[in-house]
Amino acid sequence: MSGIVAIVASMLAAVLIGAFGLRMSRTTSDFYVASRTVSPLWNASAIGGEYLSAASFLGVAGLILTYGADMLWLPVGWTGGYLVLLVLVSAPLRRSGAYTLPDFAEARLESMAVRRTSSVLVVLIGWLYLMPQFQSAGLVFRTVTGAPPWAGSLLVAVVVAANVLSGGMRSITFVQAFQYWLKLTALAVPLVFMLIVWWSDGPRTLPPGDPWALPLHGREHPVYETYSLILATFLGTMGLPHVLVRFYTNPDGRTARRTTLVVLSLLGAFYLMPAVYGFLGRVYGLPATDTVVIALPGRLVGGAVGDLLTALVTAGAFAAFLSTSSGLTVSVAGVIAQDLLGGGVRSFRIATVLATLVPLALAGAARSLPVATVVGLAFAVAASSFCPLLVLGIWWRRLTTTGAICGLLVGGGLACAAVLATIVGGPRTGWPEALLAEPAAWTVPVSFTVMVVVSLVTPGRVPRGVARTMVRLHTPDTLNVDRGDWRPRFM
Amino acid sequence: MTGRPRRVVVTSPRTAAARRPRHPLTREIDEQTELGEVYMRSLIRTQFRLALFVCTVLACVVGGLPLLFLLVPDLRDARLLGVPLPWLVLAGLIYPAFVAGAWFYVRQAERNERDFADLVERR
Repeated sequence: MSGIVAIVASMLAAVLIGAFGLRMSRTTSDFYVASRTVSPLWNASAIGGEYLSAASFLGVAGLILTYGADMLWLPVGWTGGYLVLLVLVSAPLRRSGAYTLPDFAEARLESMAVRRTSSVLVVLIGWLYLMPQFQSAGLVFRTVTGAPPWAGSLLVAVVVAANVLSGGMRSITFVQAFQYWLKLTALAVPLVFMLIVWWSDGPRTLPPGDPWALPLHGREHPVYETYSLILATFLGTMGLPHVLVRFYTNPDGRTARRTTLVVLSLLGAFYLMPAVYGFLGRVYGLPATDTVVIALPGRLVGGAVGDLLTALVTAGAFAAFLSTSSGLTVSVAGVIAQDLLGGGVRSFRIATVLATLVPLALAGAARSLPVATVVGLAFAVAASSFCPLLVLGIWWRRLTTTGAICGLLVGGGLACAAVLATIVGGPRTGWPEALLAEPAAWTVPVSFTVMVVVSLVTPGRVPRGVARTMVRLHTPDTLNVDRGDWRPRFM
Repeated sequence: MTGRPRRVVVTSPRTAAARRPRHPLTREIDEQTELGEVYMRSLIRTQFRLALFVCTVLACVVGGLPLLFLLVPDLRDARLLGVPLPWLVLAGLIYPAFVAGAWFYVRQAERNERDFADLVERR
């Protein structure tokens, strides 16, 4: 019962805060980017709130409980990805003035073909990321209420669509910032109670030599899979559509860097906890599923306090579904509206419905994989398509339009094919399973190689304004220089 | 016969010569002269070197850990204060290390940009 109250409260809070922001978002540009008046701590909280999805809140602890120490790399990569993003991408990306990844592609390569290719990839990555969010919403909803899984998926999809439709980004920024702190509290408070119980139980520990606690153990090709996971997560973060949008709400490149520094601290604090949940799940012998985070407090603490704590983690889980799904929906809808439907607030509304309907249908149809696994696949696609585009685009003048398109198509295409084979076909055994379920280790190098080699072969296709674009990307914000006149098209 | 025109001495008050343009280097950059390009390339190279340095350290730490566990199997089960070493590093210590690395990068990158701005504006 308290679980249902928690779900309702979490959704109500999201809708109310969203409605509060509605009064402030009026023009199209407001609708999209909150007029860039968001302060750094708000912005960093919002990035954290948006980024910590069901995969982080539930999935990581579940996978750690299932596979053991190797899965510790997942949260490490999801945090470390921001360090790579900070170092290689953050300030130049903000200075480019791009609002979406297709915007960046167009600004840097001055080509509509590259823009359209990027648009398609953004939509694919967004849907791939949204699908497991809806799936695990259904799973948690079933655990709490006993309702069929589709009910929970539908509930989250409807609230997200309503929120995005009514408020746009401004309200989403408030909602997201609130969600980060809610999620942190929802994991931390039950954890404190559980650790007290664990300690007073005369702390249970793992038997010495328990293979579960050892790295490079539990899967068929642990070394390959570990390195592939590291590559996908560290390089994929910069290519996620909903992350990039947040950088636009920084006033300039310098604040973009400082915001990223705060984001790293916020994420680091959060990711200290899922490992402890996994450990407690192991020593108390809980079944290895995505819902271990929900099940643990009731099992360890029990009684009325246990019910309250369960309610709290449930609220946190729904906060995770809502926040990530909202952010992704805004980005995917933005791209669909701008590049497929011709722009305007009206097409943004149609696009929002499309952006939630398709992954909702996929969530019902696809094979049910652990949520963090599917999100990991989205990272692999991002790492093998947008990571090379961003890194080479920002640092290498000789990147050509042909090179960029070929790299995006080959890298993104191969990764998407591997993902499709994993979601539809699996599970397999041996090397085919390892190579398809963790494709980044081969798709990322292929993508970089194709982009570089094709660019070198087609030197005539270097964009004409590349020198001006480099000035725009790299000169300090305070200098008064000509940065060109490209602006993102706000429909 | 008037012959050659008389030679006159042309003089000028040196007021204009004494006044230097206010931001000559930003103009070099705006007009994409060779000098402007040299300055831009040096800025980008400095920033890229810094980025590459941080990425290399990161790659050594992150890429080195699985290798270390692979080559020295005893480390997988080593314990420090009762906590298995891999857990202590991967579920704890690595996060503050990330923040420290990020802090270092932000400081250095801002210093590089300040130096560039000083150089360009104060010639």
